[in-house]
Amino acid sequence: MRALLAALIRLATGVRLLHEIPHDGGPAIIFANHASHMDFVVVWAALPEELREQTRPAAAEDYWTSNRLRRWIACRVFRAILIPRRNVCRGNHPVDRLGIALEAGESVILFPEGGRSESEEPGEFKSGLFHLARRYPDIPLVPVQLENLSRILPKGSTLPVPLIAQARFLAPIRIEPGEAKRGFLDRARRALLDHPSG
Amino acid sequence: MDSDTRLLLSIVGGILVVSSLIGFILSRRASSDAVRMTLANLNARIRSWWVMSAIFSATILLGPVFTTTLFALLSFLAMREFVTLTKTERADHEVLFWAFFVILPLHYLLVGIGWYGMFTIFIPVYAFVFIPFRRVLTGETRNFLANTSRIQWALLICVYAVSHMPMILRLPIHGYEGENAKLLFFFVLTVQLSDVLQYVWGKTCGKHPVAPRVSPHKTWEGTVGGIASAVLVSTLLWWATPFTPWQAALMALLVCLAGFFGGLVLSAIKRDLGAKDWGGSIAGHGGFLDRIDSLCFAAPLFFHITGFCFGTGIDPQPPKWLLEWMGRM
Repeated sequence: MRALLAALIRLATGVRLLHEIPHDGGPAIIFANHASHMDFVVVWAALPEELREQTRPAAAEDYWTSNRLRRWIACRVFRAILIPRRNVCRGNHPVDRLGIALEAGESVILFPEGGRSESEEPGEFKSGLFHLARRYPDIPLVPVQLENLSRILPKGSTLPVPLIAQARFLAPIRIEPGEAKRGFLDRARRALLDHPSG
Repeated sequence: MDSDTRLLLSIVGGILVVSSLIGFILSRRASSDAVRMTLANLNARIRSWWVMSAIFSATILLGPVFTTTLFALLSFLAMREFVTLTKTERADHEVLFWAFFVILPLHYLLVGIGWYGMFTIFIPVYAFVFIPFRRVLTGETRNFLANTSRIQWALLICVYAVSHMPMILRLPIHGYEGENAKLLFFFVLTVQLSDVLQYVWGKTCGKHPVAPRVSPHKTWEGTVGGIASAVLVSTLLWWATPFTPWQAALMALLVCLAGFFGGLVLSAIKRDLGAKDWGGSIAGHGGFLDRIDSLCFAAPLFFHITGFCFGTGIDPQPPKWLLEWMGRM
């Protein structure tokens, strides 16, 4: 069923199925620019099936639990990890919640901007990615450039326009020992900006 | 299925079998890597032709509803490629929603019910007026003219022009009632055959580029050889059309020339947008728009000239005095 759903999502958005796992295997932290509610769906659908079944997207708790349908989609269909954006405390800390999945050998998809931006260009990264990377320095961070999703379903619209999206998986990056927060987050953000040659 | 249709389908099947065999033999004799690459692309193209011919023939046989639906889908996919490459902005979003989900289905509904008068003006008049109206509501003035024009062009090329093909099924022609599917087949076969033969002539003996900046692979040898041989083949198919052999030759020449220019125009647009192919959906060919580019501009011309010269007065007639004057000549 989930494989069929992924195929339908690829058909509807034009995103290509990835044939090889973008890293050496094992859990990965997959991160992308965030401009549309469709983003995590598209990254999820583009993953090869074996990796997809082992991958959980991070989703904003306030939005994805605001009604039954959204909660069902997020929790049941995509097995999302719900991330609180307000009132973060020790008991519900996003890094802990993501860490549980990573320690169980699962990969996570997250959007380090913490919310959707108005354009394709990613805004400033929140520090979550840094804390996660520092806690699990051996887990590769896979950058994914998402293209055209802000044109398919932009912020502030509920009407989709059927354009062709692209999810470009790039070479994984890792945090250097002792790397400072600002420097690391800038480097991660630039990975989403750089256009691969050709 | 009448005997003419059966013969047309057998001819297409025969061409495909022969070209597959040639592709197979050539690829076994390939010596260098460059040749092998070309042949891999050639064989991918031929395989795609099998699929496209099968789908097109099947829908033609299933009747006008299926044919109209197939072209509606083709319009949708083509417009999707067109708009994806044109880089529209946030202010165009709602207009685009209307274009894809309201204007396109309504237009094909008009084709389906055969409302000829509304079909000819729905996009050039109603959609043309509606698009800037809806966009001006957003209050965004940046790129207003450029982007409304892009959306209007997208609708005109991908929806309006393409829909003239299924509309051929609705064209009343003297002494040709109930046989229009063969005319549509004749048109598509002529234009696509001309594309294929231009490619074959160009690959085998093409030297002098026609328009190096617009389409570097189009050569004089390919264009002239391809169009001449396509016209020859299509003339031999006159029995499937309402035309005499001479008329069939002239009509084939007209649509091949229109197809050639249509291909060049869409190539120019593509390059203007900084892309090599419109998409990657059809193996060996590129996108849907890469495959139907030559049909887009030829279809409305073929439809109206056929309607004007052979139709039962469905197309606008000139004023009486002009007709009388023409009659006297």
